[in-house]
Amino acid sequence: MSVFDGFKFRRVYSPIHQLDPRVKFFYVLVMFVIAIMFNQLLPLILLFFIQLPFVFVAGVQREWVRSLRGALFFAIMIFLFNFVFQYFWTEYPLPPSPSLLEYSIAMTLRFIVLIESFSMFFLTTSPDHLGLALEQSHVPYEFCFAFTTAVRFVPVLAEEAQTIMDAQKARGLELERGNFIKKVKNYIPILIPLIVSAIRRSLELAEAMESRAWGATEKRTNLYVLRVKRGDYLLALISVLILIFAVYVWIFHREQIPLLTNFLAPLELTVTKIS
Amino acid sequence: MIAVKDVYFTYPNGVEALSGVSLAIRDGEFIAIMGQNGAGKTTLVKHINGLLKPTKGEVAVDGVSTRKVSVAKLSRKVGFVFQNPDHQLFCETVEDEVAFALRNFGFKEQLIKKRVTWALSLLNLTRYRQTSPFMLSGGERKRVALASVLAWNPDIVILDEPTIGQDYQQKEKLRQFIVQLNTQGKTVIIVTHDVEFVAECNPHVILMAQGKIVAEGGAKETLTNRDLVTQAFIVPPQVSQIFFELSDLKLPTNVIDVYDARKVLLDRLEVSS
Ligand SMILES: Nc1ncnc2c1ncn2[C@@H]1O[C@H](COP(=O)(O)OP(=O)(O)OP(=O)(O)O)[C@@H](O)[C@H]1O
Ligand SMILES: [Mg+2]
Repeated sequence: MSVFDGFKFRRVYSPIHQLDPRVKFFYVLVMFVIAIMFNQLLPLILLFFIQLPFVFVAGVQREWVRSLRGALFFAIMIFLFNFVFQYFWTEYPLPPSPSLLEYSIAMTLRFIVLIESFSMFFLTTSPDHLGLALEQSHVPYEFCFAFTTAVRFVPVLAEEAQTIMDAQKARGLELERGNFIKKVKNYIPILIPLIVSAIRRSLELAEAMESRAWGATEKRTNLYVLRVKRGDYLLALISVLILIFAVYVWIFHREQIPLLTNFLAPLELTVTKIS
Repeated sequence: MIAVKDVYFTYPNGVEALSGVSLAIRDGEFIAIMGQNGAGKTTLVKHINGLLKPTKGEVAVDGVSTRKVSVAKLSRKVGFVFQNPDHQLFCETVEDEVAFALRNFGFKEQLIKKRVTWALSLLNLTRYRQTSPFMLSGGERKRVALASVLAWNPDIVILDEPTIGQDYQQKEKLRQFIVQLNTQGKTVIIVTHDVEFVAECNPHVILMAQGKIVAEGGAKETLTNRDLVTQAFIVPPQVSQIFFELSDLKLPTNVIDVYDARKVLLDRLEVSS
C-alpha cells in the first residue's frame, strides 16, 4: 500500500505543480536515462541530490519520503541480490571487497533514483493534467478519457471493496479462516461482486455518457489548454543541459569516474591493520 | 437487547457521522430509523452488527460488547441486509446465493435445502431458484439479498432501505412479512425514507439528523408532529398532510393513515348530521 501512497496526487499548489506535465515527463525521462547510463556510485549520488530541490519546492516531502520507505523492501532485495550473486555466482568470484559493496550500493541507488523521479512526477501531476497532456500529444481522445476515468475510479473501487467485504462478513464469511488455499478462496465472494459491479458501473457510465451526447462533436475543445510557459522552458533547458553533460562525461570520461572507495582508502588501511 | 451508549463515530477521512447516540432496543421491538441523506442511519446500524466499532462509547448486543466478537459470529444473531444488493451477490444461482451464509454457519445440507426453499417462497423467488442472480431486475436482486439473510433466521433483522425499487405489490408483501417477523418475536430494525411504508407498519420511530437522534416515539406521534418532521427533513404521509392543511376545520392533525382518516371523518359526519 505504502508504495502507492507515494504516487497519489494531492491537490496543492506549487511552482512544480503548475509545470506542464509533458515537460515534467521529459525531465523524468532524462533522469531515467542517466540513471541507466551510469553504474558508478558517484554520479548516482549526484542524481539523487539533484532532485531534492524539486521535492522541497513542491512541498511533497512527506509523501515522497513515504514512497521511498515503501520502496525500502525492494531496495534491500536489490542490494542483497547484487552483493550475494556477484560474490558467489560470477565467473571470478569477487571477494566481498569495498568495491563490490560500492557497486551493490550503486545498483540500489539507481533503483531509488528511478522511484524518486517517478513518484515526484505522479505526486505533482493531477490526473486531469495528465489527461490533457495526453490529449494535446495527439493521443486519441477515447484513450485519454479512459485513462483519466480509470485513475479517478481507483479510490471509488477501494471503497466499494470495503463495503463488499462488510456485506459478506455480515453473512458469516470469515476471511482469515482456514489454510492458505481456503484463505485465497475466501476472497472469491469479494472479488466477483467487485468485478461485476465495476463492469456494471462502466456500462452504466457509458450509457449515461452517450445519452448526454458524448462524442457528438468530432473536434473537441478544452476549457483549459496546456501552454508551455517560462518555467517549463527553464525546466526543459535544465533537463537538456544535464543530459548533455551526462552524455559528455559518459563518452569521454566514463573510465575516470573515481570509486568512492578510493577516497576512503586511508581508512581501509587502518581497518586492515587492526584485523 | 441492544444497548448503544453515547456512541461517537468518525470515519477515517475525518467525517463525524455519529455524535453522541444513545439508544436501547428491547427484544422483539420494531424500529424504523428515519432522517435525511447523510444523517448517519447506515453508520448507526453498522455498529449493531459490529461492522463499525465506535470511536467513543459502546455498543452491546445481549450484553456483549461488539468490540469483543467478530462480525461473522455476531451476524449469526444479527442479520443485516445491505442497501445495495450488488455488493453481495456472487454465486451462479439464486439458490447458492441464499445458501451461502447457511454454509458459512455450518448448517447441515438437508436443513440448508429446507431453509432455502422457505426463504425463496417467502420472497416470491421460487421460480428463479436456478437463475443467475445477475440476470434479475434490480428489485428482484434486492429480494434475493433479503432472502439470503432471512434464510438463517437471525434474532435481530436489520434492513437498510428494504423497499427500494419494489413495486407496490412486493412492498405490501414485504410489509406483511416484516410485521409477521416482528410478531414472531424478532427484533426488526428498518432504515428507510419511505414514510408511507412506515405509517402502515406502525413501528417505533427514531428520527436522526446530523449524527444525532432528534426524536423518538410511536409512528403516529412522531410522523404527525410538524416540528419534528421539519427538523428531520421528512415529508409526512400524504394523509397527514391533508389533515395539516385542514387544521382550520378543527379536525385532529395526528392522522397517520387512511383508516385513521376514515374514522375521524365518519365521526365528524355523525356529529354534524
Ligand atoms: N465510508 C465512508 N467514509 C467516509 N465518510 C462516510 C462513509 N460513509 C458515510 N460517510 C459520511 O458519513 C455521514 C453519514 O453517512 P450514512 O451513510 O450513515 O448516512 P445515511 O443516513 O445512511 O444516508 P442515506 O439516507 O443517504 O443512506 C455522511 O456525511 C457521509 O458522507
Ligand atoms: Mg444509508
